[in-house]
Amino acid sequence: MTLRHLLLATAAVATFSGAAQAENVLKWGANRDIGSLDPYSFGDSFTINVLNHVYEGLVRYNKDLKIEPALAESWEILDDKITWRFKLREGVTFHNGNSFTAEDVVASLARVSHETSPLKGNLPAYVSSKVVDDLTVDITLNGTYPLLLNDLTNIHIFDAEWMTENDALMPTDVGAGTEGYATYNANGTGPFIVESRQPDAKTVFVVNADWWDEPQHNLDRIELTPVNSAATRVAALLSGEISFTNDAPVQDLPRLAAAPNVEVLEGVDLRTVMIGFPFRETLTTGEPNPFVEKPVREALYKAIDLDLIQQKVMRGKSRNAGATVAPPIPGYTEALDELPGYDPEASKALLAEAGVPEGLEFEFNCLSDGLVNEEQFCQAIASMWSRIGLSPKLDVAPRAVQSPKRTNAKTDIYTLGWATLPLLDSYSPLLQIFHSKDGNAGVFNWGGWSYPELDALIDAAGSELELEARLALQTEALQMVKDEIIMIPLHQQPMAWAVTEGVSEMPLFPDAKPRLWFARMAEGS
Amino acid sequence: MIAFLLKRTANAAFVMLAVALLAFVIFRFFGDPVEMMVNEQATLQDRIELRERLGLNDGFVTQYTRFVTNAVQGDFGVSYRNQQDVMVLIKERFPATFELVLVATVISLVVGIPAGVITAVYRDSRLANALQLGSIIGVSLPSFVVGILLILAFSVSLGWLPAFGRGATVDIGWWSTGLLTPSGRAALVLPAISLSTFQVTLVMRLVRAEMLETLRADYIKFARARGVPTRRVQWRHALRNCLMPVITLTGMQIGNLIAFALVTETVFQWPGMGMLFIQAVTFVDLPVMAAYLLIVSLIFVVLNTLVDITYAWVDPRLRDDSARGNG
Repeated sequence: MTLRHLLLATAAVATFSGAAQAENVLKWGANRDIGSLDPYSFGDSFTINVLNHVYEGLVRYNKDLKIEPALAESWEILDDKITWRFKLREGVTFHNGNSFTAEDVVASLARVSHETSPLKGNLPAYVSSKVVDDLTVDITLNGTYPLLLNDLTNIHIFDAEWMTENDALMPTDVGAGTEGYATYNANGTGPFIVESRQPDAKTVFVVNADWWDEPQHNLDRIELTPVNSAATRVAALLSGEISFTNDAPVQDLPRLAAAPNVEVLEGVDLRTVMIGFPFRETLTTGEPNPFVEKPVREALYKAIDLDLIQQKVMRGKSRNAGATVAPPIPGYTEALDELPGYDPEASKALLAEAGVPEGLEFEFNCLSDGLVNEEQFCQAIASMWSRIGLSPKLDVAPRAVQSPKRTNAKTDIYTLGWATLPLLDSYSPLLQIFHSKDGNAGVFNWGGWSYPELDALIDAAGSELELEARLALQTEALQMVKDEIIMIPLHQQPMAWAVTEGVSEMPLFPDAKPRLWFARMAEGS
Repeated sequence: MIAFLLKRTANAAFVMLAVALLAFVIFRFFGDPVEMMVNEQATLQDRIELRERLGLNDGFVTQYTRFVTNAVQGDFGVSYRNQQDVMVLIKERFPATFELVLVATVISLVVGIPAGVITAVYRDSRLANALQLGSIIGVSLPSFVVGILLILAFSVSLGWLPAFGRGATVDIGWWSTGLLTPSGRAALVLPAISLSTFQVTLVMRLVRAEMLETLRADYIKFARARGVPTRRVQWRHALRNCLMPVITLTGMQIGNLIAFALVTETVFQWPGMGMLFIQAVTFVDLPVMAAYLLIVSLIFVVLNTLVDITYAWVDPRLRDDSARGNG
């Protein structure tokens, strides 16, 4: 190829992209890139979220985050209570033209639950699935389990034929050091088709004209560009190089709101920020652990001035929480959300009564790259605890460094944010955080507590198929968590997106996931 | 000469082994990739199994030996985050970084050399003083600040140049270049200027110092006495004799620029090797981090060794004792 040919080719490309400008192109500047085009390759909810534009599940969340049919049209639980029968939607095709059948569902479930899949935890109750007829699938679980639909919202369905052709039936295994076809290629049923991808530079999606559903969006093209640096992201938004970001930096919100061409969308995230206690016999210093006593935990709770943190550290944008789940989450009640009231004098009295020595030292583990303004609110809380006569040692570092300390009991008090994803149900924190450590349960029970009564409530909820009864059990369990002060809930953190004037509709979801099949752009922009 | 070559190569190999060891030790204490790879619902058992599959539970010596053996064969494994072959990832990113460094080097020479001559020849003139002052600013401003200021001026306020990315690229074989498209060239301007600010001042100061020295030399005086035009004396006879150290410095600095490009790439979202490394650090992507460190040190070591060998070839006094003994 001579240089002249190259130049001609370039000119052709340039004309082509010039023509594309007339369409509705949403330029999405995210704060990071997706891991790969394979949603099953890396346990990362952002990757799954983005690829949800390409792949779909049997069910999905609607605009109000309620579950509705997607690739499955209806479902029922069979008489044995552990088999679910799904009727699949007819006439759905994958992007490569293959039609969607029961085979695809079975192959996809086998892939995601394979032992090397980092996402097998997303289907905790799954045992097996089988084809009944072309458009009917039976999924068998390991017991009565009410939350299968919630799990299935995040299980993307692949084309069995395509996976077989390209040797992609199994998930990629980093341990084996092999690459997979699905890492570079995608073939789903969703509203958008992957046109091209350059990792860390640009991933382009074009509209799927043959989508089975009536589109509510009017986008022709989405260009996802990661812009990691917050300052650059703000600059790109102001100069109109990106038209949407799902991470508008908190410190730049006034600046963005003042810009004539930018609109800031603010809301409160579902993520509840909490502080956890150690329940082991000794602290990391080797001293006896006073936090096993409830009055001591109460003292630390009452010593935190939630309002001050809300106003000063979170700039008035967070929501003070009394419950360990956010209001939209099933299982929440207003009674759970009652705040304890700031009372440092009472805290001192409680500590004195419990015989906690003056100047007790303990580690307080926070992340520098975790929650919104985490470093600042940790500093504020540490100084509030110092004021009641304790000596917290603040330990702030990136997640990668802190995670091993937290999971291996190498620290005392720690922060944790929980959004109940992907279930969007209070069963998620109950099982993952508050249940005793036991197999599937209590993976985030870093403090090592165990309340048999609480476990019994959670287990009962986990096999209760009747919705009202299940939520009553979960509310009771959450009340027990609150009464025992197993963790201190602080607040739901703020979230902010921003769009430029060409974007006319961009629904903000409290689970912080952009769903661009609901986005619209002003015509002719 | 052969003994010298062998010795230098052995030295280089030793340095590389040491770097590998260092990188490896750092990563051992860096954190746990497994926590980043699984999601919230993975059980403890899942995590333990994954750690076992990645070989993170093996002994230190086993892991290090495995790492070096594979690295020598150019096999750095598969990225934990992208699930792609690490060598492929680096090969994809290298052209972006290399073009950035190349253009930054060209800018540093094109701007730095004349500025150096001017400040040496017209000492204490207003222009020279302004250039000197500018060079102090160039040395002391961190490159990310320069980058953000450039974005603010040329992208946000004036809207002339893109704030991030590489624009459209054209593939020539495996090499992707942004130099052949208008948007690619436009995207290159700000990052290259930002990366070259430090280099420009370095070249300028070096040229100035050399020029001041050379202008006092006898042959310059003779040239003047013969009536050679001043301009010709300064820009031709004097400057030519100042360029040798500049070329050496530029060659040596290429390694530095590749390493420093990391900051510029982060600010401008430039899809190069530095960007890849920063991402890898955030996700504890051990194979990518190790490969990046090794490859950057390899570039340094190769450049240094080449310079040493060239010097030895040019100047026999620099060869080792045995060579001198035989001679």
